Amino acid sequence: MGQAITVTVNGEKRSAEVEPRLLLVHFIRERLRLTGTHIGCDTTHCGACTVLVDGTPVKSCTMLAVQADGQQVTTVEGLVAGGVLHPIQAAFKEEHGLQCGFCTPGMMLTSIALLKDNQDPSDDEIRWALSGNICRCTGYMNIVKAVKSAAVQMKAAAEVPAATAAARS
Amino acid sequence: MAVETPLKGNIGDSIKRKEDDRFIRGKGNYLDDVVLPGMLHMAINRSPFAHARIKSINTAAAAAVPGVVAVVTGDLLAQHKLAWMPTLSGDTQAVLATDKVRFQGQEVACVIANDPYVARDAAGLIEVDYEVLKAVVTPQQALEPGAPLIRDEKEGQTNNHIYHWEAGDKAKTDEAFANADKVVKLDTFYPRCHPSPLETCGIVADVNPATGHATLWMTSQAPHAHRTLFAIVAGLPEQNIRIISPDIGGGFGNKVPIYPGYVVATAASLLIGKPVKWVEDRSENLISTGFARDFHMSGELALNKDGRMLALRVKLLSDNGAFYADAQPTKFRAGLFHIVTGSYDLPAAHVETDGAYTNKAPGGVAYRCSFRVTEASYLIERLVESAALEMKMDPAEIRLKNFIQPEQFPYMSATGFEYDSGDYPRAMQVALDKLGYKELRKEQAEKRKKGELMGIGVASFTEVVGAGPGKHYDIAGLRMFDSAELRVHPTGKAILKLGVKSQGQGHETTFAQIVTEELGIPAADIEVQEGDTDNTPYGLGTYASRSTPVGGAATAMVSRKLRDKAKKIAAHLLEASEADIEFDHGKFFVRGSPSKSKTIQDVAFAAYTNLPDGLEAGLEGVTYYDPPNMTYPFGTYLVVVDIDRGTGQVKVRRMVAVDDCGVRINPMVVEGQIHGGLTEGFGIAFMELITFDEEGNCLGSNFTDYLLPTSWETPKFEMGETVTPSPHHPIGAKGVGESATVGSPAAYVNAVIDAVGHLGIRNIDMPVTSDKVWAALNEKGAAE
Repeated sequence: MGQAITVTVNGEKRSAEVEPRLLLVHFIRERLRLTGTHIGCDTTHCGACTVLVDGTPVKSCTMLAVQADGQQVTTVEGLVAGGVLHPIQAAFKEEHGLQCGFCTPGMMLTSIALLKDNQDPSDDEIRWALSGNICRCTGYMNIVKAVKSAAVQMKAAAEVPAATAAARS
Repeated sequence: MAVETPLKGNIGDSIKRKEDDRFIRGKGNYLDDVVLPGMLHMAINRSPFAHARIKSINTAAAAAVPGVVAVVTGDLLAQHKLAWMPTLSGDTQAVLATDKVRFQGQEVACVIANDPYVARDAAGLIEVDYEVLKAVVTPQQALEPGAPLIRDEKEGQTNNHIYHWEAGDKAKTDEAFANADKVVKLDTFYPRCHPSPLETCGIVADVNPATGHATLWMTSQAPHAHRTLFAIVAGLPEQNIRIISPDIGGGFGNKVPIYPGYVVATAASLLIGKPVKWVEDRSENLISTGFARDFHMSGELALNKDGRMLALRVKLLSDNGAFYADAQPTKFRAGLFHIVTGSYDLPAAHVETDGAYTNKAPGGVAYRCSFRVTEASYLIERLVESAALEMKMDPAEIRLKNFIQPEQFPYMSATGFEYDSGDYPRAMQVALDKLGYKELRKEQAEKRKKGELMGIGVASFTEVVGAGPGKHYDIAGLRMFDSAELRVHPTGKAILKLGVKSQGQGHETTFAQIVTEELGIPAADIEVQEGDTDNTPYGLGTYASRSTPVGGAATAMVSRKLRDKAKKIAAHLLEASEADIEFDHGKFFVRGSPSKSKTIQDVAFAAYTNLPDGLEAGLEGVTYYDPPNMTYPFGTYLVVVDIDRGTGQVKVRRMVAVDDCGVRINPMVVEGQIHGGLTEGFGIAFMELITFDEEGNCLGSNFTDYLLPTSWETPKFEMGETVTPSPHHPIGAKGVGESATVGSPAAYVNAVIDAVGHLGIRNIDMPVTSDKVWAALNEKGAAE
């Protein structure tokens, strides 16, 4: 009855036998015990369960674990690198982009996907990109501010090595 | 480059939130994250019908599914006297239905299994034979003679009427109406909506069969009160019950009641001897847990010819669903709706309310609101809009003319509230200036000439929050005080334990700031703990904007208690008389010589190492604070809308919010709270609706049908503030979590009516959707 899958989660290969009907979000939460990915609606509306699958934001309540076989999954637990917060994490705290924290992991992962494609998004572009993630607490204004602030930080960080390289040549 | 000194966290400092560190890393601990060894999972079989007699329940197929441990029915619960439970409003509610189902989604039977998927599979296999009865879906239908009797099990209940309640002076009000130049009337319906916190409700019940100790992880806004109610309902000794409310993913009132799922999971754990988890899904949350509003309101305002308000008369009919389970103070049948005189100096008022049973979900909660204050604020602010239209007065002008003036505080309202403080004209002026009101009125006049629809909505709300005093306000008999316990350790670091419980409001940061202000210990050195009944002092919990008014006051008072003791120790250390010791920002010194001082950290260490003779060791204390009065936050909200005559679509162009919540502890957190409230208010005004068809099928049972505002629809907000401290609160704070949801729906709807009022349109009920606006325009021949 079980089906063998191997999913690379936050850079680590995880193999398991799962029922074909097991949702990806349950695989992540219950089998891998990565509980930062939340469940808010079961119907793909709220985005609390958003993870990145091969870099694309996916609502993991609407994907089967078996569909993720062989793919790369990033959850909120995978954002800290070398003990350092991802700029989006730092910006959400700095700009007060969260209150109860339940939507926050999904919001941050969707934002990361946006910033990969668009390094300097406008307010409207951010609002459109995040319109599949519901927040009940913040009213979104500070979330938009956080994404903008993270964009500035990430751009600056990307430009520093380039500038250093240019200075050396 | 100057080095920025980090903020210590005094009152007024926008320090960053401590709780964020775990949330941004995905390391919060919400209910569904709790996993215990051997834990079982529960799923609920619910009624597909709104009103039906249960002829039989066959659980054989469900019980036969491999992995199923038990199937629980109402009959089994009845053997333990648990088939019914008391509600917060003194009624009873079925835990699992035995005789009839009374709303769609009602709990009928539960499956306990070793896997959540198996539990759900099996719950679907329970066969219930129903005899469908006629459903009653409006309170008007419910009160018609001969309407089907919903609560036929209730002794002495011969119809669907629940209560009649009045406030104010009828004779005086009638007299004022008889002498009025003008009477303005508005019938409006504040429809049923739902708080919908992003995290649904749930429990992990762990009853130890050997000791009888019950540890209940619960999504609870009021863990202490819930412990007491559990002791009473389940007959468990209270010392054996420990409720732990972990991180809460939003509450907004939805996590105040006790739900059948909590009771069954606890009973199942007791009977089976293993931990049982139940987490509802979104549809279960929407169709069966605490809804909000559902008030049919009829208001009349008496005025003289100059637009001076003379009296207010209100009749309202409340749809309470199948069980009267409103979460509100015991003595107030319609909550604090009688604050309906709002911000106005109304000499007379009379409010008459009736409640009715219908075949709809029970549990009227205040969705981000203090006990039905939102409905009250909406009615008066909409009524004043009607009055402005009828009297051909500017909506700002008619308000300024009728506001309670600053010098009238404390002000006794016609329905018996003593308003503590306010400056309504100032808040309105700040808002009007910020918006550029006069210019926009000119623009509106120009546009109107061209046939374009633009509206400016005005609403000046007054809230009443922070219950008690305990002698007037109680929940199920428990007085509405709250508590704070402060322990300052030898190294000068502290733990603050509270009876309230954050659901995102930022208590771990802001309550530490109160201690910082009072004792000088940096906020970073203060750990705030809440939610665990074994480790926090008794309190009534967080709802109705009461944490800062009551729990915050308790925090200030316990800090002062410790400061008094610290003074004695400081006097000993400084070899001076206690009477000569002064305190300023964390330092104790002898009057006149501030250079020779002892810090609060020095004193804390001495409290455990070097005490004067006769003084008890330690620097710890607890305070239970019973407020002398409620607090009365207020403000003015202004909204500008443009309406498309071809589609009826309303576009919110601007929204200015000026709030006065007294002293702001952490302005960043305050503004965040207001943003959230304005957004939920926007959702209620334009999108959110729980409605039912004629058979009682819920038509808002998931997020496809129950529309919540996303980042795309939500307007941007322009914030302003005034500060009128509460005179009776130790730090002058008033509470702010709900102001924006209370005040903003009327501002949004008034903007729409302001745009179309000249066409003769006086009301469009919420949610104000494009189709309703277009139909209203079309009726007046003004649609395109």
